[in-house]
Amino acid sequence: MNRRVSRGVAEAVAVAAAAVVAFPLYWMVLTALKPEAEVVSADPRPWTLAPTLDSFVRALTVQSFGRYLLNSLVVATAVVLLSLLLSFLAATALTRFRFRGRTTMLVMLLVVQMVPVEALTIPLFFVMRSVRDVAPAFGLNHLGSLVLVHLAFSLPFAIWMLRGFVAAVPAELEEAATLDGASRSRFLWTVLFPLVAPGLVATSVLSFIHAWNDFLFAKTFIISAAENQTLPLALQVFVKPDQNDWGAIMAGSTLMTIPVLVFFIVVQRRLVAGLAGAVKS
Amino acid sequence: MTVPVKRGDGRVALTYLAPALLVLVGLMGYPIYQLVLISLFDYGQEQVSGGAPLTFLGLGNYARLLADDRFWAVLGQTVGFAAVCVAGTLLVGAALAVLATRVRAWARTTLFLAALGAWATPAVAGSTIWLFLFDANLGFVNEVLGTTGFSWTYDKWVAFGLVAAQVIWCSFPFVMVTLYAGIRAIPGEVLEAAALDGASTARTATAVILPLLRPILVVVTIQSIIWDFKVFTQIYVMTNGGGIAGRNLVLNVYAYQQAFAASEYGLGAAIGVVTTVLLLLVTAGYLRALRRGGEEL
Repeated sequence: MNRRVSRGVAEAVAVAAAAVVAFPLYWMVLTALKPEAEVVSADPRPWTLAPTLDSFVRALTVQSFGRYLLNSLVVATAVVLLSLLLSFLAATALTRFRFRGRTTMLVMLLVVQMVPVEALTIPLFFVMRSVRDVAPAFGLNHLGSLVLVHLAFSLPFAIWMLRGFVAAVPAELEEAATLDGASRSRFLWTVLFPLVAPGLVATSVLSFIHAWNDFLFAKTFIISAAENQTLPLALQVFVKPDQNDWGAIMAGSTLMTIPVLVFFIVVQRRLVAGLAGAVKS
Repeated sequence: MTVPVKRGDGRVALTYLAPALLVLVGLMGYPIYQLVLISLFDYGQEQVSGGAPLTFLGLGNYARLLADDRFWAVLGQTVGFAAVCVAGTLLVGAALAVLATRVRAWARTTLFLAALGAWATPAVAGSTIWLFLFDANLGFVNEVLGTTGFSWTYDKWVAFGLVAAQVIWCSFPFVMVTLYAGIRAIPGEVLEAAALDGASTARTATAVILPLLRPILVVVTIQSIIWDFKVFTQIYVMTNGGGIAGRNLVLNVYAYQQAFAASEYGLGAAIGVVTTVLLLLVTAGYLRALRRGGEEL
């Protein structure tokens, strides 16, 4: 009996905590759905009886969120695909081959993860300025510059995380494949790649979120080409003193949060397993 | 498992590594070198546009920083702010992880879904939502508290507190989920054995569960320190670039403002180097303390 009471109390606390944690998100969606008059009311109510999609329409059309949403998607997708390819190859090299400098490289990958990304904004700004002269699509004011920096920042962790998954594939499998006459690259893509898929999924979620959430580099690199801005910065640009269109801003925030949330829910089990795997190794 | 050494392994390995190495050297290695280099020069707007020659200052920028009261104030604020965020994140995360092991599945799922939502919210969106909730005139919080018109971002410490609360809100889920997975991974037999030996709940927690969880606790603590020490977006968005007259600056935002707003790239780079060194020291010191305690990582 006593135990049941204490469990009941624990459950009440859990639900209360969940409500507090979820409240800001509820308020975001609610505000996005409220008619404008209710949003600017000095007497905000935690419900609305006249939900409308006006704020979403305003955000997507007047404030061209659609364009920024697309830019963000392009950057994040490119980062995920490139990072998957590069980290898979690198992780394979680091786990399935013995060569000089291998340990040094692993240690470097760990150390590099500790360097605060934000401190590198200044030199990277100059790097991107020089890249602009050689390959404009990857320089300042272009989405390519964002793809490059996020690729660089997601690689060390991605390689580190994938190592465990690649190492878990037994060596006998590779020997068997070789005996069956499979070439190295055939083994790599038709045997190894599918086997480490759970690791690849967990890794891509993290790379995706990294690129999707970035505010600092979008702010620094995309200076004058407003049409190449990504969502996090666009959202910020619409915040103006005393004349905020909060409905549109909350609609934009909702549009920005949903892809990540969907991604999280779809892969949550694998993500936790991946995190646990990374912690263990 | 490593496949036995074959001829040409090194070459194949290098081919596999080459693309990643190219990106990492070009976009991490070289910029790290450049950061240190820039910090040694008087690097302003004229130097950037090529209109003026570079002046080598040696450690001049660093000397200037160390003699500047404002730098020390910002450094102190950064450490204090990060400490509050780390402590809050760990406390909330650990408490809710333990709570999650004590409730039935439906309550746990509710809690995890809410946490997943907070975790998934991008920093800019999260900051904006919190700003709106705490808005002086339109905010729901002031409406509930009956303090309409009160500005949560005006007073320096209230503003820091608000940002810290937002940071804890979006970072506790990682700690909670990881610790929950850790607690779940403890074999039931271990706890049964402790119970058979007559250990109390408190004793089981401190003598059995905590030591088993320590490796995970280390990881989440280090991660939290690293994240919270370099918070940028929340401070930048919620205090509008570092607060009134820069009262809410932390090192990262300070470096950014020096470089890109004041065009003092050399000084900004020096702050960046100091931040990096501090962070590496924190990590190294923490690891050493743990190793001295007989902990394997």
